[in-house]
Amino acid sequence: MSNQPLLRLADLTKSFGGVMAVNRVSFDVDSGSIVGLIGPNGAGKTTVFNLITGNYRPDKGEILFDGQSIATMRTHRIVSLGIARTFQTIRLFPNMSALENVLAGCHCRMRSGVIGSMLRLPWQKREERQALETAVAELSFVGLRQQLDQVARNLSYGNQRLLEIARALATRPRFLILDEPAGGMNDYETQVLVDLILQIRDRGITVLLIEHDMNLVMKICDNLVVLEYGILIAQGTPEEIRTDQRVIDAYLGAPDADGDEDF
Amino acid sequence: MQLFFEQLTNGLAVGGIYALIALGYTMVYGVLKLINFAHGDLFTIGAYLGLTLLVSMGLTSHLGPLAGILVLTIMVMGLVAVIGALLERVAYRPLRTSPRLSAVVSALGASIFFQNAIMLIYGARFRVYPHDILPVTSITLFGVQIPVMRILLFTASIVMMAGLYFFVQRTRTGTAIRAAAIDQGAAKLMGIDVNRVIMYVFLIGPALGGAAGMMVGLYYGQINFTMGWVYGLKAFTAAILGGIGNIPGAMLGGLLLGVIEALGATYISLAWKDAISFLVLILILIFRPTGILGERVADKV
Repeated sequence: MSNQPLLRLADLTKSFGGVMAVNRVSFDVDSGSIVGLIGPNGAGKTTVFNLITGNYRPDKGEILFDGQSIATMRTHRIVSLGIARTFQTIRLFPNMSALENVLAGCHCRMRSGVIGSMLRLPWQKREERQALETAVAELSFVGLRQQLDQVARNLSYGNQRLLEIARALATRPRFLILDEPAGGMNDYETQVLVDLILQIRDRGITVLLIEHDMNLVMKICDNLVVLEYGILIAQGTPEEIRTDQRVIDAYLGAPDADGDEDF
Repeated sequence: MQLFFEQLTNGLAVGGIYALIALGYTMVYGVLKLINFAHGDLFTIGAYLGLTLLVSMGLTSHLGPLAGILVLTIMVMGLVAVIGALLERVAYRPLRTSPRLSAVVSALGASIFFQNAIMLIYGARFRVYPHDILPVTSITLFGVQIPVMRILLFTASIVMMAGLYFFVQRTRTGTAIRAAAIDQGAAKLMGIDVNRVIMYVFLIGPALGGAAGMMVGLYYGQINFTMGWVYGLKAFTAAILGGIGNIPGAMLGGLLLGVIEALGATYISLAWKDAISFLVLILILIFRPTGILGERVADKV
């Protein structure tokens, strides 16, 4: 089954009232690749993410993750199958420390229940120690080892984005979804992020990302999918997309000056 | 001065009860942004179940007073927790995505249902707890006579609150509860089953409230089917005083309100006891709507 894509969207459709936010979108994401989802604001990119992670139910269509349908599954189940995401607007737990935020991400890989954790059973303590090790390792991986004890809302904007990634990685995903990870980052921070995303891929985690920074997208993505008004207008390698006339008309030719994202 | 200390200890004992009930309000509010108006009636149910089990099973004569009451407390907490979880399942979960007002109306309906159910089962008269369970003795501390009952009550509520605080701050499930209270969407993406978190909250809150009901029965000796209304309102005041949605806030608010009430009743007027509590509520709503420990409620509501 090595040819099977990790994620397959088939004929995915979602409307809000009369607006077709996502209209019969189909694409595959191959295991081990980095795929970029691009398009003008309001094209339905974030809606696609919300459909994959179970925040919305599709009106029609199918989402297969590793051959298994997840279209009607509840979010926490989807996460335990190995899909994690970050948000376009940062949604950390602001009053918890960086470490606690990442520990929350370890939640779904832990087994012990209420009674066990109250009684401090030995295997339960071991599990907690493992979670702590995972959390520290992920914080080090994104370069926040020093900020471990800081309360999340006191971190710099760029570091909050990195913390979100660490938190998502702590759920031990096979598939990571990044919603505008470079949004609001300066050039240096963006470079760090590019290296980080490549390292995540090298860990064997497939990455799907929305990003408006075309330099970043063209540099790291193996494949691109372009949406406009909820319709898939092109997909291919960065070179193919760069020269695609429809994409130039819809998006690249008229780059929008950084703005609010669709929801 | 002796009167002051006597009333201070009384206030702390009553405040501990308020705090236990307030925790139920504040935890539900934290996760669901809903005021569970039926919570006061779960407290009443705890008081009545405590009475029934105490009288029918004779726990205290078999096991001795302290162990008997400990077993009784655990049984009452377990039963009221189950009722609380059922309440959530029946009255709140179907309305999870409805406008918040619908859930509030449902909560009021549940409150009326519980109150009438208790009245039909137990009758409308005051019921009396047997008063020979615990020895009615006092010990003298620094020249102040303190009834043993009062100390036990205060200790029990502090132990339960400490247990809850440990649970919420230090365990995996506690972290899940805190995460769900901050951002349900993000919590789901951490693999946290938010429905289960809500169920835990509706097990823990009513368990503490039910224990408080039983403690009131033991302390004051008599219970009534409408008692949940006044205690519920007082505890709600305590939750607001400490900052609703904030767990340490509910503990602090409860103890503080108990002390304010006891001292106010002593030095101002006994008849104005309830008015003093609600004056506190009004003042806090005017001058510090977020409560003592609460912060940024504005973006939570």
